[in-house]
Amino acid sequence: MALLQIAEPGQSTAPHEHKLAVGIDLGTTNSLVATVQSGEAKTLTDELGNAMLPSVVRYLEQGHVVGQEAAVHAADDPHNTLISVKRFLGKTQAEIEASYGQLPYEFNDENGSLHIHTRQGDISPVQASSDILNALRERAEQSFGGDTITGAVITVPAYFDDAQRHSTKDAAQLAGIKVLRLLNEPTAAAVAYGLDSGQEGVIAVYDLGGGTFDISILRLNKGVFEVLATGGDSALGGDDFDALLVEHFKQQTGAHNLSANTLRLFINKAKACKEALTNYAKVNVGLEFDGQTHTVEVTRELFAELAIPLVKKTLRSCRRALKDAGISTDEVLEVVMVGGSTRMPIVREQVGEFFAKEPLTSIDPDRVVAIGAAIQADILVGNKPEADMLLLDVLPLSLGLETMGGLVEKIIPRNTTIPVARAQEFTTFKDGQTAMALHVLQGERELVDDCRSLAKFSLKGIPPMAAGAAHIRVTFNVDADGLLSVTAMEKSTGVQAEIQVKPSFGLSDDQVAEMLKSSMSNAKEDMQARMLKEQQVEALRVHEALEASLATDSHLLDEQELATLRDAMAQMQAISASTTEPQEIKDAIEKVDAASSDFAARRMDASIKKALTGQSVDEV
Amino acid sequence: MRYFELFSIPVNYDVDLQEIGARYLELQRAAHPDRHSGGSEREKLLAVQKTAEINDALQTLKHPLKRAEYMLAELGLELRGEQQTLQDPMFLMQQMELREELEEVKTSSDPDAAIAKLEQHIKELNSEYSNELQSLLASQEENDWHKAADNVRKLKFVYKLKDELERIEDELFDD
Repeated sequence: MALLQIAEPGQSTAPHEHKLAVGIDLGTTNSLVATVQSGEAKTLTDELGNAMLPSVVRYLEQGHVVGQEAAVHAADDPHNTLISVKRFLGKTQAEIEASYGQLPYEFNDENGSLHIHTRQGDISPVQASSDILNALRERAEQSFGGDTITGAVITVPAYFDDAQRHSTKDAAQLAGIKVLRLLNEPTAAAVAYGLDSGQEGVIAVYDLGGGTFDISILRLNKGVFEVLATGGDSALGGDDFDALLVEHFKQQTGAHNLSANTLRLFINKAKACKEALTNYAKVNVGLEFDGQTHTVEVTRELFAELAIPLVKKTLRSCRRALKDAGISTDEVLEVVMVGGSTRMPIVREQVGEFFAKEPLTSIDPDRVVAIGAAIQADILVGNKPEADMLLLDVLPLSLGLETMGGLVEKIIPRNTTIPVARAQEFTTFKDGQTAMALHVLQGERELVDDCRSLAKFSLKGIPPMAAGAAHIRVTFNVDADGLLSVTAMEKSTGVQAEIQVKPSFGLSDDQVAEMLKSSMSNAKEDMQARMLKEQQVEALRVHEALEASLATDSHLLDEQELATLRDAMAQMQAISASTTEPQEIKDAIEKVDAASSDFAARRMDASIKKALTGQSVDEV
Repeated sequence: MRYFELFSIPVNYDVDLQEIGARYLELQRAAHPDRHSGGSEREKLLAVQKTAEINDALQTLKHPLKRAEYMLAELGLELRGEQQTLQDPMFLMQQMELREELEEVKTSSDPDAAIAKLEQHIKELNSEYSNELQSLLASQEENDWHKAADNVRKLKFVYKLKDELERIEDELFDD
């Protein structure tokens, strides 16, 4: 006799299909891709067995190369070999020059968006990042036997601002990758570490990478990873330690105005010297340039002396993060070290002293972020429906609006748990004022000029009223990726303005679509085919998701409602199977979405009620 | 009151922070967007909104001043963003003195001691104005709510002072 199959509540009766999801660590110096296979997270390697892909893109006469192949030409082809572009994401030329001094690139930011001049024309940091992501996507798809990936969790420094996050997401979109979530690097590391060690309590993740520094204080409790506070510097990393050595070399050799090639040579030698000092007490650096030969001796003590101001800077961020979290150093159970730059002995020593405990260095600081991202990606695509893990993250930098006198009024303070929605009311200050300009800013300082400008937009069509009579309600919404959108509304008339905050120097959605189009060889037909495929997949996904929900919760709808929903679903399926117009499928999906809105709301309420009932039962 | 209902706890100024913390995690497990990543766009949007509400409720319930302001607002006394000034010369005089003391911390020969003294003072003021809130807010008399509102207005001064002190402490510490 055949046995009846009974599905677990919350699971569909369809056979469990494993979806391909990856975690990507898009690093300043190196990038990695990882996935969960047969329950185990592992980084994926290239043909030579390397997990790390140097984050370097070299633009050739025809096409480009990524990784080691590109990196070896850094010194002989500096203008066309882009290194550490992550530091340029979401930045202006002026900011880059102020932070990094001399770099071997030709920047320009005409039309307000930053580009680097190469032999293939102007390349934006988003474009270069997307070339790196593309290489990782190809690596993943090859290891899956050519299957396409469903989506990716991409990590970003916790201290990345809104503009940098948006740029990262744009780069992924450009590489044809569906972003399941942007995940903060230290949180990803905590996931990998926490699940591995089974440790519960408060941990600090000290993450010093090639170009960024993050400190996150987290509480681990029964599968919940709750970020209590985060801090850092998105322009401080291993590259800055190299720059100190480059300065030292310049002084010792008396060479000052370096050509791009010599500068790149110095940077490469500095990096090698820094790495060697991890294992040796003294390094002799040979520098050959412009027909001269110099040898510069660097001892570990000298390097420590040069480096200590930078390390102290990171410790100040640690102190502030602890304070924001309301945690004292002795409550910190473990300090987890992440990022290649934590290999420097001076860093380990200082961090150990600050937290008064030996930092944990046994985990691989290079891979742990990608591994954590892969674990979350696996859960987000639904491969582990029974997983109990939950990540609660925070907003790294305060968000606010410009008010009178060039001051910033904070709307959402830093370290607020996301997602979050906050509203604030403003009023007009002149009689008969019909428009209001809104300037959205991010940062901790009081003056507009000291904060990062995210967007400017205006609310027009306010009916003329006496000064102070209009009530303008501005709402900030930050989603689970840490991305902001802003709406403004005049309350008495309902006049509304809405923007997805896009940094003025970033890319608009149209630009992304345009770049996508031009990057495809046979533009139009391919584009159409790709969009059609995307919509068909989306229709299928919506259908499956609803089927699964209905299997458990159809009792939340009456017969009439159920019939309406079923009808919309059937129509969507029929259209998806017959049409060649992506827009028609999109419309049908939207109809299903609208028809299911009450159902979704009731399901949410029911699950919340259930969660709380479960809680009180536990307490009894 | 919505936030108390959402957390399924009695409407009461005195709260059990541990209970709130535990409820919060249960609510997040049910509503968080990561739990609905396979759902329809509508469901995902709903998850973001619901989670934002839960987060807001937590911030409000957890923080003594925000909790009091919220309860008063629900009782019809909106203090958040009000322009009304306090009519209590004694209190204002005392605040001015404390502000002066605060300014002097920066130039004090023993800033640690000056900070400790101010902290102690702030603590005393805090409990003085917080003490009665529980009974005043539980009262059925509108008059009591107005008394509570006055205490909350004073508490706002006290909290602002506390923030300032922390900022100064940061500055002194950072150099």
